[in-house]
Amino acid sequence: MTTVQYLIDGVSLGTIYGLVAIGIGLVFGVMRLVNFAYGELITAGGYTLAYLNGQPPVIAILACFGVVIALALLQERIAFRPLRGASPATMLVTTFAISFLLQSVYVLAFRGAEGQQGKVVATLGGLNTAVTIGSLRVRWILIVSVIVGVVLLVLISLVLGRTSIGLHMRAAAVDFRTARILGVRADRVIVFAFFVAGILAATVSVLLTVQFPLVDPQYGVNVTILALVGVVVGGLDRLWTATLGGFSIGFAYALFGDVLSSTHRVYLQSVVFGLVIVVLLLRPRGLFAPWRSAAVERM
Amino acid sequence: MSDAMLDLESVEVRYGAVPAVRDLTLTVSRGEIVGLIGPNGAGKSTTLHAIMGVVPVARGEIRLAGQRLRRARPEDVARAGVALVPEGRHVFPHLTVEENLRLGLAGRRRRNGIRDDLDWIHRLFPVVKDFGSRHAGALSGGQQQQLAIARALLAQPDVLLLDEPSLGLAPTVVETVFSALAEIRDKGVTILLVEQRAQLTISFADRTHVLSNGRLRLTLGPNDAGDTDRLAAAYLS
Repeated sequence: MTTVQYLIDGVSLGTIYGLVAIGIGLVFGVMRLVNFAYGELITAGGYTLAYLNGQPPVIAILACFGVVIALALLQERIAFRPLRGASPATMLVTTFAISFLLQSVYVLAFRGAEGQQGKVVATLGGLNTAVTIGSLRVRWILIVSVIVGVVLLVLISLVLGRTSIGLHMRAAAVDFRTARILGVRADRVIVFAFFVAGILAATVSVLLTVQFPLVDPQYGVNVTILALVGVVVGGLDRLWTATLGGFSIGFAYALFGDVLSSTHRVYLQSVVFGLVIVVLLLRPRGLFAPWRSAAVERM
Repeated sequence: MSDAMLDLESVEVRYGAVPAVRDLTLTVSRGEIVGLIGPNGAGKSTTLHAIMGVVPVARGEIRLAGQRLRRARPEDVARAGVALVPEGRHVFPHLTVEENLRLGLAGRRRRNGIRDDLDWIHRLFPVVKDFGSRHAGALSGGQQQQLAIARALLAQPDVLLLDEPSLGLAPTVVETVFSALAEIRDKGVTILLVEQRAQLTISFADRTHVLSNGRLRLTLGPNDAGDTDRLAAAYLS
């Protein structure tokens, strides 16, 4: 019984990290850019929710989506668009700069009365109550996370697979120049990638703050770094391997968090990152990269 | 030249300090096939890329039906009615043939008539229809070339730019491609054809310019295909 509960915890957190991984992977696909400032979108969503404690959840969630999507589009418009065509190193450093800048803004803006910066989100706290299924007691948030994650995954694959903007994104991810020569609008494709990444970040804010309600300026950083590690472990050159990588790292994190006794919990990060090193030694191209493949599909 | 479809005037393109195309002036009239030949590194592909907005033009003017193209982005040029079939095909190997074709619609200005165009394209290149659900990467080089041209045609371009369409193709496939080009022109599409195969191009095109070291050296008509002396001199200049 406990094993099943561990697995449910793992799948739930894995789903959330999988969503973060898709958000990072989509933008990487069209821009060849790992956006380290992605975590600050999640943090912004968390603060928005915290400030709207007591408001109807629908309003708080809508506001969270509005703020996060706007911030994602703003990142693209102000920082990344002017730098398009700059060297990858320049772009990467820029994402760090945006990340630090936003964290500093959060520190200044959300300093509490006693100098503490944490804000507690209570919007959907009710989802922490458990439902009893047979001999299992499962918190609602775990079920909701998995359902939301699966629905989003299906929606995104439908958009990528069935719509023309999705086709344009897949083409741009493989060969942006040829795509533009064919008339694919670079701005439109990139803005759309950031838009979807914003939706995903907002979703992660809503889901994650139920389980981990204390939002501080570094809230999103930790999530993003762990998800990024997952993305690299899974394989960054395809969207689905990146997603599976994100899922795996979240799954492993939750699982070992459950399995390790409280005295050993301090070793959680060491255990997870130790596993990452082993995986990268054995499968440097990514855990889910095809065993033999010459060509590389980018999404 | 009131019926000039594509017009290059004193165009210069540089890669860093090195000029790749110098003072290039040429005109392609509506419905014409103009060839552009010359040795490797003469600036042929660069000329097409400059028209397409892929590389910036340092000096001079490029006009499409009288409209300036200078500083336009590739997607704008495509949407203005120019389609490029790039060297090496550049089909998307992991997308299906049908998806590759649909990408051609990205640059199309009119939404109507797609069905008719598709029927025509399928007649022109039956492989594109037969292998519709296959991944483009599974096609042979000749089939990919036909797909690349078909994809460009679906944009319903006024001007079709082709960069070495015969490269690496078997002789029978080259024949298929060139007879298709003749039919495409008959539909009213203006064609600028960059080629390595000098003789074939000279006898096929209405006019053929020889480019060497970034400069236009010589212009030949279809009857000059046997004039190898002048051609060799232009190549070596």
